[in-house]
Amino acid sequence: MLNEQNILNKIKSSPGYPSKERFLKGPVAVIECPEEIPCNPCEEACPFGAIKVGEPITNIPMLIEDKCVGCGKCIPACPGLAIFLVNINYSEKETAISLPYEFLPLPNVGDEVDVLNREGKFICKGKVIKVIEGEDHTWIITILIPKEFFEVARGIKPLK
Amino acid sequence: MKEKEIDLAVVGSGPAGLSAAIEAAKYGASVEIIDENALPGGQLFKQIHKFFGSKEHYAGVRGYDIGRKLLDEAENLKVNIRLNTIAFGVFNKNKIGLFDQRSILVSKPKKIIVATGASENPLAFPGWSLPGVMGAGAVQTMINIHRVLPGRKVLMVGAGNVGLIVSYQLLQTGADVVAIVEAMPKIGGYFVHAAKVLRIGVPILTSHTIIEAKGDKEVESATIAALDQNLNPIKGSEKELEVDLICIAVGLRPEADLCRMLNCKFTYIPFLGGHVPIHNGDMETTTPGVYVAGDVSGIEEASVAMEEGRIAGISAAESLGYISSEEAEKEKIKCKERLKAFRIGPFGSPRQEGKDKIFEEYKRRVKNVK
Repeated sequence: MLNEQNILNKIKSSPGYPSKERFLKGPVAVIECPEEIPCNPCEEACPFGAIKVGEPITNIPMLIEDKCVGCGKCIPACPGLAIFLVNINYSEKETAISLPYEFLPLPNVGDEVDVLNREGKFICKGKVIKVIEGEDHTWIITILIPKEFFEVARGIKPLK
Repeated sequence: MKEKEIDLAVVGSGPAGLSAAIEAAKYGASVEIIDENALPGGQLFKQIHKFFGSKEHYAGVRGYDIGRKLLDEAENLKVNIRLNTIAFGVFNKNKIGLFDQRSILVSKPKKIIVATGASENPLAFPGWSLPGVMGAGAVQTMINIHRVLPGRKVLMVGAGNVGLIVSYQLLQTGADVVAIVEAMPKIGGYFVHAAKVLRIGVPILTSHTIIEAKGDKEVESATIAALDQNLNPIKGSEKELEVDLICIAVGLRPEADLCRMLNCKFTYIPFLGGHVPIHNGDMETTTPGVYVAGDVSGIEEASVAMEEGRIAGISAAESLGYISSEEAEKEKIKCKERLKAFRIGPFGSPRQEGKDKIFEEYKRRVKNVK
């Protein structure tokens, strides 16, 4: 069964997932793409060479932690909407998470939204601090959540 | 009856057909595309998501934009696209009978590329003929091309990439996807596609299927049940879901009627959708001068269809004498290398095995034919 724990385990053992140490250093891309599928736009999207797919194209994307500056360019470039930006140092108690979003209506800055985990379960409320159009109708929504949810918060409930 | 002589007729204007036409026209062949639909592009214009792949396959570009690009390119190369036209039959010496909704005409191409794509597999269960039971492809056409939402509470049957992607697109319209059921014990599509619907809260129930659709005049509910290891429903596990749309996404099969009429020999490769026309690496079938590309040659994906289309187009141009064998080989190798890279990994390697079997079969058969 696919539940939060199983999905997280699968993602954590893939080379796109940052180490604990890297999370502690601040904004970092979290690549949740643990299968060998033929796809590589993330590699080209990174201006710092921090994502490596190489050849063959079915390689699982690898995050080169030291090179990632947390710019977020990879978020809208991923056709699978599988890359997130996590900054656990946003403030003493808050983590900032930027996620790809392709639903209308868009939330507004300042809105309180329901934050969901990887199986769509409500985990906490979040505050929208940024809404930008990343690339070609993929929006990037940045939310603030209590620090401890940095590893599970991966979506917001679409507004109706 | 009017007869028209051209170098190459391409049947189907999806990613394979357009790519094939572009390549052949690039080298100077006169090319006509025939499509039974009112709009060109095959399935591309209803694909509102960004495509996977590499730069050569327009990765990161949405399907409809890829369709636009290919169409512009074909039009710039003076490819004639004949729409609303059905290729209904084949006459002597590979003439194709066409019906354009007014009259019957005959196309007399020197070469033919069949790029007719696939059709959806049906699934029969009590109530399957009620309005509100639809193929996932039809639903996708309705929501993304015609902008009509055929239901608000949806049960998706099948968790392959089509089922997962169409579920997500239904969510984007504002519909509620109540559940996705998948008869197999695991999700067939990509993890990332499954993750997108899961994190909105859509449950994906593996080892589950639909038992019955109920409703007076249209679908009002669906009964689902868990399946045991032998895929038999487990008694007592039935659940009734209140839905008004049941969407069937249980695989595709090659739409190869035209190949049959063209006397192409077939082989059976379950992983590639069942009966597929036998062809070689240059996409030529057992009927000389007839090529296939895209889903009709085995169910894969749009990026593969584009590469196969390119190969078929180059091969046709080569046999028409528009390009030397040396140059053709050089160009085909590039496509073949990319195809190889695509057919690696848990999703790709079974397709490579299937294709290898088809190529082997070609070698065996064509010796016999000659």
